[in-house]
Amino acid sequence: MAFDKAEAKSVIVSPIFDNNPIALQVLGICSALAVTGKMEKALVMSIALTVVLAFSNLIISTIRNHIPSSIRIIVQMTIIASLVIVVDQVLQAYAYETAKELSVFVGLIITNCIVMGRAEAYAMKNGPVMSFFDGIGNGLGYSALLMAVAAIRELFGSGSLFGMVILDPIKDGGWYPTNGLLLLPPSAFFVIGLLIWALRAWKKDQVEAA
Amino acid sequence: MSASNDSFGKTIGVAVGLCLLCSLAVSGAAVALKKDQQANKAADVQRSILLASGLLKEGEAGDVTALFANVETLIIDMESGEKVEGVDVAKFNQRKLAKTPGANKVLTKDEDIAKIKRRSKQAKVYLVRENGKLKSIVLPVHGYGLFSTLYGFIALEADTKTVVGLKYYEHKETPGLGGEIVNPQWIAKWPGRTALNDQYEPIIKLSKTGVKNDNEIDALSGATMTSRGVENMMAYWLGKDGFGPFLKNIRGGKHGV
Repeated sequence: MAFDKAEAKSVIVSPIFDNNPIALQVLGICSALAVTGKMEKALVMSIALTVVLAFSNLIISTIRNHIPSSIRIIVQMTIIASLVIVVDQVLQAYAYETAKELSVFVGLIITNCIVMGRAEAYAMKNGPVMSFFDGIGNGLGYSALLMAVAAIRELFGSGSLFGMVILDPIKDGGWYPTNGLLLLPPSAFFVIGLLIWALRAWKKDQVEAA
Repeated sequence: MSASNDSFGKTIGVAVGLCLLCSLAVSGAAVALKKDQQANKAADVQRSILLASGLLKEGEAGDVTALFANVETLIIDMESGEKVEGVDVAKFNQRKLAKTPGANKVLTKDEDIAKIKRRSKQAKVYLVRENGKLKSIVLPVHGYGLFSTLYGFIALEADTKTVVGLKYYEHKETPGLGGEIVNPQWIAKWPGRTALNDQYEPIIKLSKTGVKNDNEIDALSGATMTSRGVENMMAYWLGKDGFGPFLKNIRGGKHGV
């Protein structure tokens, strides 16, 4: 299989702005709402999802010519579920505090539509290397949006980024009145909505026909 | 190619092969990482003890090992409240003992307010001292909430009546609802509350209608069952079938107070 550099680049870059899994396809919203209260949590979640996505795409693509179509979905689910369990175990061993806070959401990567969607839409039809890049690209797209939402929520909700105080909150004797709404999951709806609006105002071709 | 893929034999073959490989990967990871995970868990339990006793503040890193030098660990007999000699503190496993016939006590329906079915006859408790004087008593508590057993520590002052702090380190309650039992803002409501009345009976209540007395704590909204679980486990573990005898001994001046 010839390795096409330009295609690899587009496969990785396009999901970040042009074909963002959250903003355009509106997939994986559940975890995006739940884990974006703090940037550190969002980062760990992003890494976990990107790793799962890249390797599930790689493995599924490698064996795609041997998967019986009758049990296709089950095979994909089994691979994804195994990867998620491995990632969860690694987090519990090396990032215990964050793993505890993320609790069920790491496990819920199994049902994250992005992972299944990419396996079915891309990995089943393309070669392993490209599928791997596609997984990385979509993982980055997910991560980019997650980090953007988390940055907004943490900065204005608790006045910090990655736990470092930027806006000194009043409760610690500073001047910044923290926005309590942004700490609650529903605020992620508004933030994601505004980000999608901004993205579609910038890239007009993403606007759906009314 | 695809025709042979859909044959009965190949379908079964792929399914079995995949299951084998995946189970190998999963169990391999679980076994290889077990040591680190257990070390993390043990360190987390130690942290929780320090957080409950107030030696460590929420969000502080702190040197857990150094701070733990102020903590005396002892194994006690639940019935008599006396210290048990000759038990290896490090190897003591209360959860295992609770399941071991002979080492546990099967609770009757009336006794079992915390819904734990059986409890071990011995327990590991912690005494925090400052300049030789007893500052706080840290007791392990557990009980059933909505989905899971909650494990935590409650710390009491030397008078055995006033709460010093509370910390849960293991639960599987709903994130955002029952899971808020680990929220530092809720935990901060506990210190200074009165856990036992003048007759040394547990009186701590989680109130839904506002806090009026100093034995009440604001219940968690949207988490009635978890709040009830917390209340029940306090009633059980601080009561006469729980650490009651031990606390009585503390008041009587035993355990080097």
